[in-house]
Amino acid sequence: MIYSYYPGCTLKTKAKELDIYARKSLEALGIEIEELDNWQCCGGVYPLAKDEIATKLSSIRTLNQAKELGRPLLTLCSACHHVLTRVNNDMKTNGDINMRANNYCAFDEPYNGETQVIHFLTLLKEVVGFDNLAKKVVNPLKGRKIGAYYGCLLLRPSNELAFDDPENPSILEDFIKALGATPVVYPFRNECCGGYISVTNKSQATKNVDKIVASAKYKGCEQLITACPLCMYNLNENAGADKIEVKYFTELLAEALGVK
Amino acid sequence: MLKIGVFVCWCGSNIAATVDVKQVVEAVKLQQGVVFATDYQYMCSEAGQLIMRNAIEEYKLDGVVICSCSPRMHEATFRKNAERAGLNPFMVEIANIREHCSWIHKDVEEGTIKAIALANAAIAKVKLNAPLISGESGVTKRALVIGGGIAGIQTALDIAEAGFQVDIVEKSPTIGGNMAKLDKTFPTLDCSACILTPKMVDAAANPNIELLTYSEVEKVSGFVGNFKATIRKKARYINTDLCTGCGDCMSKCPSKKGKNEFNCGLNNRPAIYIPFAQAIPNVAVIDPVQCIKITKDKCGLCQTVCSAKAIDYKQQDEIIEREYGAIVAATGYKPIKLDKFDEYGYSQSKDVITSLELERLMNAAGPTGGKLVKPSDGSHPHTITFIQCVGSRDISGRGKCYCSKICCMYTAKHAMLIRDKYPDVNVNVFYIDVRTPGKNYDEFYRRAVEEYNVNYIKGQVGKVYESDGHLVLQASDLLNNEQILVNSDMVVLATAIEADESAKKVASMLTASIDTNNFLTEAHAKLRPVESPTAGIFLSGVCQGPKDIPETVSQASACAAKVIGLLSKAKLVTNPCVAHSDELLCNGCSNCANVCPYGAIGYETKLINDHGIRENRRVAVVNPALCQGCGACTVACPSGAMDLFGFSNSQIMAEVEAICKK
Repeated sequence: MIYSYYPGCTLKTKAKELDIYARKSLEALGIEIEELDNWQCCGGVYPLAKDEIATKLSSIRTLNQAKELGRPLLTLCSACHHVLTRVNNDMKTNGDINMRANNYCAFDEPYNGETQVIHFLTLLKEVVGFDNLAKKVVNPLKGRKIGAYYGCLLLRPSNELAFDDPENPSILEDFIKALGATPVVYPFRNECCGGYISVTNKSQATKNVDKIVASAKYKGCEQLITACPLCMYNLNENAGADKIEVKYFTELLAEALGVK
Repeated sequence: MLKIGVFVCWCGSNIAATVDVKQVVEAVKLQQGVVFATDYQYMCSEAGQLIMRNAIEEYKLDGVVICSCSPRMHEATFRKNAERAGLNPFMVEIANIREHCSWIHKDVEEGTIKAIALANAAIAKVKLNAPLISGESGVTKRALVIGGGIAGIQTALDIAEAGFQVDIVEKSPTIGGNMAKLDKTFPTLDCSACILTPKMVDAAANPNIELLTYSEVEKVSGFVGNFKATIRKKARYINTDLCTGCGDCMSKCPSKKGKNEFNCGLNNRPAIYIPFAQAIPNVAVIDPVQCIKITKDKCGLCQTVCSAKAIDYKQQDEIIEREYGAIVAATGYKPIKLDKFDEYGYSQSKDVITSLELERLMNAAGPTGGKLVKPSDGSHPHTITFIQCVGSRDISGRGKCYCSKICCMYTAKHAMLIRDKYPDVNVNVFYIDVRTPGKNYDEFYRRAVEEYNVNYIKGQVGKVYESDGHLVLQASDLLNNEQILVNSDMVVLATAIEADESAKKVASMLTASIDTNNFLTEAHAKLRPVESPTAGIFLSGVCQGPKDIPETVSQASACAAKVIGLLSKAKLVTNPCVAHSDELLCNGCSNCANVCPYGAIGYETKLINDHGIRENRRVAVVNPALCQGCGACTVACPSGAMDLFGFSNSQIMAEVEAICKK
């Protein structure tokens, strides 16, 4: 099967590593992707206003494009995955939004949430399988103590994202284990990095990041991995005195698969 | 020409405020056959019933329609009243103009129109009623109690005391249930074992009670007064007649890694074990999954050390068939699983425990001998924080929407006991609301706050995590309107309780109804709280809804009183509203038997004279003793052969026609 790949804007600019290593790894794993033509920005933030429609349209166009190709939509950036999944849910379950969006877009066929939005990590877990992934590792990351940093967007709201247990997730730990490294579970791995608050209140983001870093170091993490460019930005740029190395999980994957 | 009387009840203002009762009376008077109609403030009162009796006699009524509350409420009352006046009780019909009309409407005009329509439907039906005669059936003078916790024990003791035989079927190896695990009990703080174990001994010693422990009810058939139950006595691998309960086998067993269920898994037990020192019966049981002899045919040490020669590795399950007049569900509760509440860190820290685990940690017979220590390292805790409503009153969908009712009181008890025994330990309690209604309950809670200086904080906890060797609670303090961090050595979760997992299976076996939370439903929430809507099935204890020990024991005794009342009867009156089949129409297709939940329909081949054509046909035959009159067969029957006395197809069509007529 070929997956329609949705990189999103950040992966073309600030988070090129997340994208590049993902492509290399998928090639090594024998999974075929094709970047969606003319994809548009997901909107960046899922709009919480009940009657908001305009900022969801770009996501809907992307989702419809994947539907027309008859392929699942593969996402990588936490924020894009979050927005696309939730907008897709709206099109499935919210009759009002569905009607207004379809009236405006006037696709050949109305879009009713048919596209399957799948995150790269879910693909690894459910399509490749962590057992198979472990077999393909040529460069096991033995002895490295790595902490998974989930942030919020992949996990919550858990009933909509249906990604993992929001309070005690395990998918990234299983991923780290498959690469031969030692996953370190630390309490703040699912706490918010501050997100966009760093734009208006940098010190609040620093407070959040410091707690995360302290918690990770207390439990013995040497390095953190994330799937989110915004988390990466905050952890790197808004940390106080105490810092920790942060990598995109795809970079770790590429390293273990020997394609870095 | 039938003479019908119609009686319209006001039900105080319950009906009269939304339905113009006078107008209903005037409207029904226009119906053909109605010779008398009146209204009265309370038809169910003695004065109201007298009006009805007088009218029956004076107007020689053939049928009566009461426009009032639901028939579930007072149908029996009005039928009995008709009988007193010499009318067949099944010539009475109820038009439910309260629950189906006045209570759900606000507009008087609309309410009145609907009430008239419902009254007309009942009039149309009663014209097709025929007098029915109730039959009789016997009563087996023996009761079955499912569940051997305090509820089941109390119900059984009371029934036995009245002179009837009772069997307690308990799925675990001992009776005693959850109460046996508790340390002290609120509000008087007497020790749970001291008040429960004598009752357990009484139950075992009572000649009218038979204990079937480590047993489960597998199948129930029959009906009120005449149930048949199949009970599986699981193999204990011990000859209970020989075992003396000495415990020698336990100390010799090399397979010691079983989770000790009685101590909530806080320590381990051997594969052969007696659940606790005061267990009834005080005999051993072998865990077949854990036993090396049974799984690998090696070892056999316990057999060598057993001087009573009680061990039998080849023992098989035993099936017992018994007959009962009444069945009591006393299946109890268990704390919910906490896997959806990982923000409290239960799966991540050993020092986060449930309240039931704390009971075992504080119990002199528990894994630590009653010394309260941190489970992680055995050290003395300096601060303990309780979190209430873990999974209770939950609207997120992860827990239970109801209040578990017992947690506020036992948390106050725990807090007080800890402060009393270890005055150096600080105790915090996070709560949403403190709910302590009950005799001497609020006084008890206030003592925890005022005398024992327990620090109650109004607010919910968002996260419990480990930092610098202790736990930190991230929470909100609603009274101070601030976000707080509280350090604590241990966290105790007042975990919601839910119906035991066996409740659903037991309910479907008994055809007793359950609610969305798997609690068994009572026949009437207020007036018949210990009976199931299914005749002959009774409810005792938490299987009906959360309750504490005093309330459970009260309900258990109330339940016993109802069972005794039933078993005391020489004969039971059977409901004549049962199904019957028209042999000429029946084509023997089996649709009716397939949908019958009571196994009341069988088939026989008999010679049928169909308008002169004589032939052998396979036809349905209803056993009226088993039929509960649910009517499923009448709907399933493709040829219209099945019909129900009192609710015939023609009667229902007449009702529909009357409602649709303008």
